[in-house]
Amino acid sequence: MKEIALHIMDIAQNSIRAGADEIMISVSEAPSSDTFTMTINDNGKGMDEETRRKATDPWFTSRTTRRVGMGLPLLQMNARLSGGEMIITSAPGQGTKVAATFGYHHLDRPPLGDVSGTIALLISANPAINIIYTHSFEGTEWSISTAEIIEELGLEAVTDLTIVRSLKEIISENLAEITNFKA
Amino acid sequence: MGKLKSLADLKKIREEARTRLDLRVKGDSPEGLVQVKVAMATCGIASGAKPIMDFFVDELDKRGIGAIVTQTGCMGYCYAEPTVEVQLPGQEPVVYGFVDKKRADEIIEKYIKNGELVDGIIPVNYEKID
Repeated sequence: MKEIALHIMDIAQNSIRAGADEIMISVSEAPSSDTFTMTINDNGKGMDEETRRKATDPWFTSRTTRRVGMGLPLLQMNARLSGGEMIITSAPGQGTKVAATFGYHHLDRPPLGDVSGTIALLISANPAINIIYTHSFEGTEWSISTAEIIEELGLEAVTDLTIVRSLKEIISENLAEITNFKA
Repeated sequence: MGKLKSLADLKKIREEARTRLDLRVKGDSPEGLVQVKVAMATCGIASGAKPIMDFFVDELDKRGIGAIVTQTGCMGYCYAEPTVEVQLPGQEPVVYGFVDKKRADEIIEKYIKNGELVDGIIPVNYEKID
């Protein structure tokens, strides 16, 4: 994956397939301490210890449509290449948390990419799942969730294409504001 | 309108959009909408499915076509990603493979607007592994 946003899109699909109805996604950027963290925390069906260990093996997958599962191995590889690590915490019935850390300034850290578009698409394509996105930059936080959008606009609005496009713009404006650090 | 920043701005857009939607004949019920599903598993994403999904969202909206764009997982056609399933109201879904922006544009102009099939259809009886 060339962007961290694409890893988010990818790993979130695992949560969706695990039957989650709440997915917390967070990105935390801290150039001052050279850390970049991305976590995806769901309340899906979770994994037992053996599955959790096998999850980073590309030859393991829970799918029947193909024989390989590369999503988590690719994320692990990118994290390690930039001096970070990926940690999966899970238990049956307890959901799954995937946390990946990267060296913020490391040359091999993929760029954040189009995270606004990714979150807007995830929210609109999965209206039955409460997606909570939190972005922090040097401790300044901003967040948005499916629940607040539905509360404000109603359920049907979430899948409206004009709304999706505007939502992307709102996320991107707010992220630009919090990440606009003064040198 | 200036820059969009809050959910209140989104609400305004929603109200404008609703007025527009009401003018459309078929736009009211979900059954009357075109359904576009973009395969968004690791294989799809690695092949560029996300920009294709962006393209469908932007272009269907700009061209005023009542549609819902969602995601599916891997359908087993990893060799042909990005794949996109299109279902016109009241019809069987059709799966297109190797969808780039050019083909996506053809799908909108020819298939969605006029019901003409375009190149790149994956036959439904194509065998999946397992």
